[in-house]
Amino acid sequence: MTAAKPDNGNKQRTIFICQGTGCISGKSLEITEALKKAVAEHGLPGVKVDFTGCHGFCEQGPVAIVEPEGIFYACVSVADVPEIVESHLRDGKPVERLFYKDPVSDEAIPYHKDIKFYNMQQRIILRNCGRLNPERIEDYIATGGYESLKKCLKEMTPEQVIEEVKRSGLRGRGGAGFPTGMKWEFCRNAPGDQKYMICNADEGDPGAFMDRSTMEGDPHTVLEGMTIAAYAMGSSEGYIYIRAEYPLAVKRVRLALKQSEEKGFLGDNIMGSDFSLHIHVKEGAGAFVCGEETALMASIEGKRGMPRSRPPFPATSGLWGKPSNINNVKSLATVPVIIAKGADWYASTGTEKSKGTCVFALTGKIANSGLIEVPMGIPLRKIIYEIGGGIPGSKKFKAVQTGGPSGGCLPESYLDQPVDYESLAAAGSMMGSGGMVVMDEETCMVDIARYFLSFTQAESCGKCVPCRIGTKQMLDILERICRGEGQPEDIDLLQQLGENIKAGSLCQLGQTAPNPVLTTLRYFRDEYEAHINEKRCPALSCVKLISFYILPDKCQGCGICLRNCPAECIAGDKRMVHVIDQEKCVRCGTCLEVCPERFGAVVKVSAEKVDVPDEPIPVTAEKPAASAT
Amino acid sequence: MDHITLTINGQEIKATRGMTVLEAAQSADIYVPTLCHYPDLEPYGGCRLCIVEIDKMRGLPTACTTPATDGMVVTTESDAINSVRRASLELILSTHPCDCLECHRRERCGPYDICLRHVAVTDRCVVCPSNNNCELQEVVDYIGVHELRIPRDTAPRTIDNSNPFFDLDRNRCILCARCVRACQEITGVGAIDMAYRGYGMKVATFGDVPLLDSICRSCGECMVRCPVGAITPKEPAVPEREVKTVCTYCGVGCSMYLGVKDDKIVSVRGDEEGPANQGRLCVKGRFGIAEFVNSSERLTTPLIRKDGRLVEASWDEALALVADKLGKYRGDEVAVISSAKSTTEDNYVMQKLARVVLGTNNVDHCARL
Repeated sequence: MTAAKPDNGNKQRTIFICQGTGCISGKSLEITEALKKAVAEHGLPGVKVDFTGCHGFCEQGPVAIVEPEGIFYACVSVADVPEIVESHLRDGKPVERLFYKDPVSDEAIPYHKDIKFYNMQQRIILRNCGRLNPERIEDYIATGGYESLKKCLKEMTPEQVIEEVKRSGLRGRGGAGFPTGMKWEFCRNAPGDQKYMICNADEGDPGAFMDRSTMEGDPHTVLEGMTIAAYAMGSSEGYIYIRAEYPLAVKRVRLALKQSEEKGFLGDNIMGSDFSLHIHVKEGAGAFVCGEETALMASIEGKRGMPRSRPPFPATSGLWGKPSNINNVKSLATVPVIIAKGADWYASTGTEKSKGTCVFALTGKIANSGLIEVPMGIPLRKIIYEIGGGIPGSKKFKAVQTGGPSGGCLPESYLDQPVDYESLAAAGSMMGSGGMVVMDEETCMVDIARYFLSFTQAESCGKCVPCRIGTKQMLDILERICRGEGQPEDIDLLQQLGENIKAGSLCQLGQTAPNPVLTTLRYFRDEYEAHINEKRCPALSCVKLISFYILPDKCQGCGICLRNCPAECIAGDKRMVHVIDQEKCVRCGTCLEVCPERFGAVVKVSAEKVDVPDEPIPVTAEKPAASAT
Repeated sequence: MDHITLTINGQEIKATRGMTVLEAAQSADIYVPTLCHYPDLEPYGGCRLCIVEIDKMRGLPTACTTPATDGMVVTTESDAINSVRRASLELILSTHPCDCLECHRRERCGPYDICLRHVAVTDRCVVCPSNNNCELQEVVDYIGVHELRIPRDTAPRTIDNSNPFFDLDRNRCILCARCVRACQEITGVGAIDMAYRGYGMKVATFGDVPLLDSICRSCGECMVRCPVGAITPKEPAVPEREVKTVCTYCGVGCSMYLGVKDDKIVSVRGDEEGPANQGRLCVKGRFGIAEFVNSSERLTTPLIRKDGRLVEASWDEALALVADKLGKYRGDEVAVISSAKSTTEDNYVMQKLARVVLGTNNVDHCARL
C-alpha cells in the first residue's frame, strides 16, 4: 500500500458503522457516538459519520466501512476510535491493525471488495444491507427505491405483475419453495371483497437472522415488495408479523412505514393511483410455530398460535376467513428487483427449478460465520470452504445442517451437491428459511440430533398427537443414547417414530421435526451404534460417555489441574503424578484445558481404559524442553 | 340441497356439499376412528386417527378436516394408514392410564377385583368413571392395540376438583380439545383453553387458576364432550332408564332426559333433538334438577292456610279457593306476577287470564324484577 499524504480531513469521507443487532451488542452505538465526538473535536469538515444496517459479517463485528475508498474495519472497539479518526479520517492513513485477516492465508485485507466472504456472494435480497442508512427513506429512493412500485402502478396491470413474478421463477424463501407468482394468482382469483397481504417475519430458527437483518438493514425494500404484492392480488390491508424479540427490526419497520406513508408510497391512492394499502405491524409473542402460516394468522386474530389443516388454503380462506396471501421477508425483498430488472434477468441466476439467490445464516464450526447470499445451485463446498473460509483449527469437516432445526445433516459426500430446493430435499434435508450450521469432527451427531429435537419438541404447539408426544418420545430415546443407556432396538424405534411423525403430523413443524434424526441415522448410523453397543461417543462429546485421564508418563506434577478442578476430584502433590477420581469427576474438561500444552498430560477418551495409578506416584517423566518464551 | 357423490373404500356415497370426508363416511356407516371430532364442534385435526388416503392429494389428510368434493376417491384403510394411525394411538396411550386396555381379562374385571397383574389402581380402566363409555376404549378395540412399543409416562398431572359438579383429571386427558372448543364455540364463555406448549400443554383456565376461581359457569358442556374420563361428574351414575322431559328451571324449554335409578333422578342428559337447546344445558338444568326433585323439603301437594297453619289440600280445593278470592277483584285492584320457571305457553295463558278475565294490564314476570 502506498503511504497517503495527510489531507487534514478535508477529503470527503464517510465512515459507516454497522448498526445491526449484532454490532450494536458489540457497542457500535457507543462507537458511533465516540466517532462523532472525535470528528467534531478534530474539526474535520469533510468527514461524515453515518450508520447502516447489518453487513452480514457479524463474526467480525462491530464492522465499519470508510467510503469512498471502501476500507473495511473489523472488530472495532471504542478504544480504536482515536486512531481511526487521527490516522485515517484526518491523515488519510488507514489503520492496518483493524483490517480483516483472511482465515486461510492470514493475510490482512484492507478493501471490502477483496474480502472473499463478500466478493463470492451475489446480493439481490441483501443488496442494500450495509450500504445505506435504513432509517432514511431518501437513501433508499436514491438507490432506485420505489421505482418498481411506480412502474407497477403506472405501467402494469396486476395480472402483468403476477405474470412477471411467475416468469422469474421466484419461489417462497420461507422454506416451502412454493412459486410466489402462483400464490399471488390464487389469491387474486379467489372470490372475496377483502383480501389480506401478510409478510411473515416471524423468523425463529436458532441461529438464523436473515429476515431480521433485511428488515433492520433495508426495511423499505420489504415494504415495496409487499405493496407490489398487494397491488397484484388486490389487497388493501396488510400485516407484517414480526417477532417481538426483534425490537430493532420492529422499530425500523415502523419508522419505514411512517416515512413511506408520508411520501405517499403507502396509504390511500398511492402515487395518485386508485390503489390503496394500509400496513399494520403485528408483534409475535415468541412462538416458533407462528412462523407456520395458519398459526401466524390465528395469532394475528388474537387466538392461540396453532396451525390448522389445509384445505381450505389461506388463498381462499385465510385471515378472518378472507382470501389471504403470506410471503416471507426475503421473497418480498426480491420482488422490487424482479420488477426493476425483469423476470429474465432474475431467472438467469440459479438452477432449472430454483431461480435466483438464497440467503444463509452460516454458523457453527466455520471461520467466517455470518449472513451470505449466493446464487441457487452453488455447491455446498464453495459456501463452506471459500465464502466460509473453511473449518477453523484445521479440524476435519463432518456435516452441514441446512434448513433450520428441522433440516437434515448432510455428510461430506454431499458437499459437491448444488444447493437448491430439489437437491436438498432429495438428500433428506431442506432449504428451509436459510440456516446453515457447519459441524466438525468434534461434533457428536447423536447429540446434535438430540439438540435440534429438543428445540422442535419445546416449540411444538401441542395440537396434534405425533408432534406433541412423538417428538418427546424420540427426544427421550436420544437422551438415553447420549447417556449411554441406549438399547439396540432404539435405532429401529427412532426410525419408525420419525417416519410416523413425518407422515402423521398436522403441520410442517411436526412433518419435518424428525429430519435431523432421520438424516443422522442415514448418514452417521455408526455413531448411534457406537453409543449404544460400545457406550462410546466417537466425537468425544457426550459427557456421560467420556473420561479424562492424566498420563503418568507425561504429568509433571505442576498442580495446575488440581487447582482448577471445580469438582475437586484430582489428587496429587508437587512432583507427584496427579490422579483423577473417576467417580467424582464431572467431565467438564477443565483439566484438559489448563494442562500446559508442552506437557499434554491430560487425555480425553471414550469407552477406553487408560492405565493410570490409583494413587499419586512420584513423577518419572522427563521435563520437556523449555518453551521458546 | 347440493348433492355430491364420492367413493369411499370402493363404495359410492351420496353426500351433501359442505360435509367433511368424515361426515360423508359416517353418513354411510363407514367407521373411521377419531377422538377429537365431535359433531357440533369445528373440525380440529388433532388426534390424527382419522387419516385417510385421497386420490390426487398428498400424504395422509385427516378426514375430519378435509371437505368432501364431488368425485373424490377415499380409502380409509391401508398399510400406510394403519401404521401411522396405530403409532399415533400408541402415543396417545403412552400418556393415558391404560393398563386394562392391554389386559385380556378386561371384560370380566370389576372395580373391586384384585388385579392379578398388579396394576396401580389409578391405571385401571375399571376404576374410571367413563369405563365402558369411553371412546378411547372403542378406538383401541378397533385398531387392535394390545401392547405399547414405547414407554408410558406415568408422571402425575394435576387434578382440578374445585368445581362443585365435575372434576378435571388431567391424568386421563388426551388433549383432544373438545372441552376447550365446547367452551369457546358452544357456550362462548372461553373459561378454559390450551395452555403451555408442546408436551407440557394442558387444559387450563386463564392464569391457570382452579376452575371455581375462573369464569367457568359450570354448564358441563365440556364434560359431555370428553371422550375419556378426564372431565367427569362428581357423582357419576349409570341410570336404569331415562325419562324425556322439559327443564323446569326457566322458560327456554330445554328438552332433557332424566336418568332414573331406584326411583331417584341420578343423571341428566340434554336432548339433542330438543329444538330449543339442541342437546345443551346450563348448570341448573344439568346439575340442579336432582337436588330439588329428590329434596325431602319439596312441596308435592298444594297447601292451604287454615287457622294459621298450612294444611295439605287437593288441586281442586286449592284452585277453587284461588278462583273464589281472585274473582272479587277487577282492573287496577289486582296485579299478576308469573314465573320464569314456567314455559312460554304457561306465561302466555297467565297474561291472558290477567288481561281478559281479570281485566288488568298489571302483568309482570319474576325474571324481570
